[in-house]
Amino acid sequence: MTWCYIAVMAIVTYLIRALPLTLIHGKIQNKWIRSFLYYVPYVCLSAMTFPAIFTATQSVWSAVAGVVVALVLAYFDRGLVVVAAGACAAVFVVEHLMPLFG
Amino acid sequence: MKKEFVRGLRDGAPIMAGYFAVSFSFGILAVQGGLSVLQAALTSLTNVTSAGQFAGLQIIVAGGTILEMILTQLIINLRYALMSLSLSQKLDEGVTFWQRLVIAFANTDEIFAVAMSHAGSLKFPYMVGLQILPIFGWTAGTALGAAAGNILPAALTSALGVALYGMFIAVVVPAARRARPVLAAALLAIAVSCVLDVLNLSAGVSIIICTVAVSALMAVLHPVEEGDAQ
Repeated sequence: MTWCYIAVMAIVTYLIRALPLTLIHGKIQNKWIRSFLYYVPYVCLSAMTFPAIFTATQSVWSAVAGVVVALVLAYFDRGLVVVAAGACAAVFVVEHLMPLFG
Repeated sequence: MKKEFVRGLRDGAPIMAGYFAVSFSFGILAVQGGLSVLQAALTSLTNVTSAGQFAGLQIIVAGGTILEMILTQLIINLRYALMSLSLSQKLDEGVTFWQRLVIAFANTDEIFAVAMSHAGSLKFPYMVGLQILPIFGWTAGTALGAAAGNILPAALTSALGVALYGMFIAVVVPAARRARPVLAAALLAIAVSCVLDVLNLSAGVSIIICTVAVSALMAVLHPVEEGDAQ
């Protein structure tokens, strides 16, 4: 069953990428569809991150630290790699500090 | 020809490095969700997308339906349709139909961004060079995360578990800072997502509902002008 899921994922994802590149020539004219597609990545990524991120680590407080560090680094345009690494580091540090404070 | 290919490789190298780190955490999550190392690695090799795989994994873990999987992938990866559309306008006239089918395979957010910032039209050897290293990094990182994630201490896997979320935040925040409507869309999405979370729907369904509803509403409230859309 898992292989079936993976195959479906791969096929759908590929078709989404391949069809516009091969079939459609010229720009989408409909302003509403263009606007809808413009917002999709931001809405989708935000929805996937919150509230899920708060239960992704061993403690909600380490997750909060990860979120704060990621938001600050992202605000200053640090790029994908630095933001991701910073969030991981914050979680790691907080989870190691917490036992010290009981 | 060879020069174009090498140039692509060079532009793709930093993307490979970033993908390696992020896909490592996907590998860890996949194994935690019950996938084998081979399944995790092949998911990455055949999909080459973070958000889609991440949501797909949630559906696999939750035992969702195939229809749910199709709809989720369609909605989450819909942005690639727009990117492929933009990319098609920038491809060199000599790029054939079959070559377009190859280029489409790894049109990720980052590869798209680099390709669009490339000066001049995009030739086939350049696009192949640009995609090879990131695909390798994405797959190898997943395999290693899936294989080695088990032997890593819990504190480390816990920390790496937020890497993907960190990457999502890195995509949304800079865009939200530059454009108020994007900020509004993101905040609205978070609010709706939190409400749906309380209702205890499956992850795939709530992502679809939230994305379609909020994007549709924002497209009505604040349509984007021609030049803004990428």
